[in-house]
Amino acid sequence: MIANRYTRTAIALHWLIALLLVGLFAVGLAMHDLPLSPQKLKIYAWHKWAGVGVFLLVLVRLAWRAGHRPPALPAAMPGWQKTAAHGLHFALYLLMLAIPLSGWLMSSAKGFQTVWFGVLPLPDLLDKNKALGDALQVAHMSLNFGLAALVVAHAGAAIKHHLIEKDDVLTRMLPRMRPSPGMPASPDKNR
Amino acid sequence: MTRLVLVALALSASALAATGARAVEYGQALSDKSRVTFTSRQMGVPVDGRFRKFVATLAFDPAKPAAASAKLELDPASIDAGSGEANDEVAGKPWFNLKVFPTATFVSSSVKPLGGDRYELAGKLTIKGKTQDIVAPFTFRQEGGSGGNGVFDGGFTLKRLDFAVGEGVWSDVGTVANEVQIKFHVVVAPRK
Repeated sequence: MIANRYTRTAIALHWLIALLLVGLFAVGLAMHDLPLSPQKLKIYAWHKWAGVGVFLLVLVRLAWRAGHRPPALPAAMPGWQKTAAHGLHFALYLLMLAIPLSGWLMSSAKGFQTVWFGVLPLPDLLDKNKALGDALQVAHMSLNFGLAALVVAHAGAAIKHHLIEKDDVLTRMLPRMRPSPGMPASPDKNR
Repeated sequence: MTRLVLVALALSASALAATGARAVEYGQALSDKSRVTFTSRQMGVPVDGRFRKFVATLAFDPAKPAAASAKLELDPASIDAGSGEANDEVAGKPWFNLKVFPTATFVSSSVKPLGGDRYELAGKLTIKGKTQDIVAPFTFRQEGGSGGNGVFDGGFTLKRLDFAVGEGVWSDVGTVANEVQIKFHVVVAPRK
């Protein structure tokens, strides 16, 4: 039972990235229609900086995952559901990398370099090109709506497992709020 | 003795020839080859822009730089500030207030040689009705040797708030930096 949990690190990264994604998605939707103001420039800058942050966190998460295999899916799950779950996870990772990349490229094509936290300049991989910038904006947006749909499916599946199959698929990814009775606070720190 | 005189004559003749070759006066700026660009900094990000329309009138004789003069009339309405949204914004009252101040001008007061092809231009820059003294180093070269077009390259940094460019909420220099780098590349034909 204990072995069938995600590691603390994986759980922390999952929820941190989830929070950032929801925030970035909402801000991204809203910021486009703002009238030009210093506030808008700040919001765009922070959106870009946080996006770079998510990209790096996803890389950290993938590296961690490579060394710490996620717990197996419940044995009772039908094969097609397992395949669907793996496919969905793969697509989520792919989009979590592709979306910040598309945002970075869009920014370059629109003539605004990305300077992380105003300090670290990322190279412009594309020259300024209005048509390309507009196309990348559509791409960035479409990928985001794609991700939103997948996140809904992902969360829906987790809730279905919890409520209908009553298995541990959801709970093994939840942070442990308090130690179980008779257990020290962090018996499985390293896992 | 004769020999010495001849050498002296030859020397002065070549000196004359050298001065003569350089004494070409430059006048009209070629608008299709000249550029006035600027770089502002927004949230730490350098953003390039330019003035599409300007008229530069100058008198410059490389042999007599001190007698040179330059006048530049910029059309702020022709600004390309990096994006369509920014172009609309800078026409407004907090930025260039084009309705009231349709032009920006620069009038030189002196040109000093700094040695080699380097010079220093000083003068008065007026933007949005506010005048400031500026000093801009520049280089001068001739395209394709003497008789070719004259090419002036230079630049300087101004503080936009000295000219009340970006007032109100925009006066926050943490978002849009106060310092704006201006660069000019002016190509002029020799005066006939």
